[in-house]
Amino acid sequence: MKIAVLVKLVPDTASQIKLNDDKSWIDERDLSWVLNPYDEYAVEEALKLAEANSGEVTVYSYGTDQVVEGLRKALAMGAHKAVHVQKAGALDLLGTANAYKNAMKDEGYDLIFTGFKSTDDDCPAVGPMLATLLDIPCITEVSKLEVADGKVKAEKDIEGGSVVIEAGLPCVITAQKGLNDPRYPSLKGIMMAKKKPVDQVVVDVTESRVDLVGFVYPPERAAGKIVGEGVEAVPELVRLLREEAKVIE
Amino acid sequence: MAVLTYIESLQGQVKKASLEALSEAKRLATVRGGDVAAVVVGCGLDAVVEQVKKIGPAKIFTVDNDAVKDYQSEGHTAAVKKAAEEFGAEAILIAATTVGRDLAPRVAASMNVMFLPDVIGLNAEGSDIIAKRPVYAGKVLLNIKAHMFPVVMTTRPNVFAVEEADGAGEVVAIDAPFDAKTTIVETRMASADRPDVAEADVIVAGGRGLKDEEHFKLVEELADALGAAVGASRPVVDSGWRPHSEQVGQTGKTVGPTLYFAAGISGAIQHIAGMRTSKTIVAINKDADAPIFKIADYGIVGDALEVLPAITQALKK
Repeated sequence: MKIAVLVKLVPDTASQIKLNDDKSWIDERDLSWVLNPYDEYAVEEALKLAEANSGEVTVYSYGTDQVVEGLRKALAMGAHKAVHVQKAGALDLLGTANAYKNAMKDEGYDLIFTGFKSTDDDCPAVGPMLATLLDIPCITEVSKLEVADGKVKAEKDIEGGSVVIEAGLPCVITAQKGLNDPRYPSLKGIMMAKKKPVDQVVVDVTESRVDLVGFVYPPERAAGKIVGEGVEAVPELVRLLREEAKVIE
Repeated sequence: MAVLTYIESLQGQVKKASLEALSEAKRLATVRGGDVAAVVVGCGLDAVVEQVKKIGPAKIFTVDNDAVKDYQSEGHTAAVKKAAEEFGAEAILIAATTVGRDLAPRVAASMNVMFLPDVIGLNAEGSDIIAKRPVYAGKVLLNIKAHMFPVVMTTRPNVFAVEEADGAGEVVAIDAPFDAKTTIVETRMASADRPDVAEADVIVAGGRGLKDEEHFKLVEELADALGAAVGASRPVVDSGWRPHSEQVGQTGKTVGPTLYFAAGISGAIQHIAGMRTSKTIVAINKDADAPIFKIADYGIVGDALEVLPAITQALKK
């Protein structure tokens, strides 16, 4: 079983995000970088399947040289191979999906995993876009997966419930929290990851359709008030919610 | 500008988020000059079409057959693409629900056009559109210019107002054949007693300060007294006390209800990112220095285990 996983390096979710002086980008100094949490679920699921089916896991990451750190983190978890798809100009989401498609060329993966979104740009897009470009099925936001007899059976949450969807292989799966508990890399894994080669791929890109105008901070919330302490404050709270905020009957 | 909106419905009921998207489509079309159409996909759509007419789109495309009865990815993608071609759409708006997040990137890829997810503001600037969207879970916002059309966008629920209007035009039935690659084998709906946290107007969320899984019944009782959804912080979900579907925050849902109760939640940056756009925030926490009080409109310093039932009681009076 040949499995690919698309991963991204992102700032730790505990990070305060500050903007640079001209607000054209975030200030990347002082940030600690981690594998996108949703991609960790994707890597874990791929590794589990590879272990059960004597498969091989190749991780891909698109971007500048910085993303190699993300590939190393996935290698340290146990991925077998890594491919750095070099950033060539600004790309939009569809451009990124196309870059992955071109980088994978004739590899013939049975399964392609990725996080359903990344915690930096919050775009839930590349997985289903890649599947559409490859003309293969895709199941998004998967929180439970079974793979058997050349088919996948996946469960995902929807508003107020869940659905179970089946598809044939090859297939793209985007991972939601709940899919598994990602393993921590072992010390041995980390040491081995440093020695594993990272293939470099350059792909042709089309013109970006996106123009970033700039970033802004969200409006500050006005400081609120402490109504009081303990249960004695409850009648006043309820009065304020009814008469001042007018949010309850 | 010709703007097409995809209408999501469940059991004959149009999702409010789709009516919000359609209303915003009308505002965008008005600013830029142009018509608005809706595309409705499913089986037996009369009731759905009636609800859509109230917003007043100039055209309503319907794809009405059994194969697209439920949300089937390839079928609904083909339907939106076909309607977009028939209408000559320059912008396609889809509500950013579970369905919308699955559908919109496929529509964009199949049409080979740009995609902007989770938009919270739309403005015209000359012939361009400037879209505002949260990144880093809303810790900062990004303005993006769309200058090539058509463009596919998803709109965040609970941000744009629903506006009813006259002037609904003709209903046009279209066919959109597709090659099904996925099969829905089962749909399980939880009890409808409580709204989903992503759609709720009021949320009562609990955190570690509740001390025990059992104590979440206090959260549930207040939620039920208010007709609210139950939310949870990440530590509580990671401990297995509550399902991930209830998690609010950077690795859970981003919500913006009218009223949000944070009980026993200290206010980690990841949690605040997911609920800071709530209109009114109430915080209950033992620690007067907890960061949640910095963004709460009303705070009570105290034990959530005592304060929650007191609020439930007070509301029943």
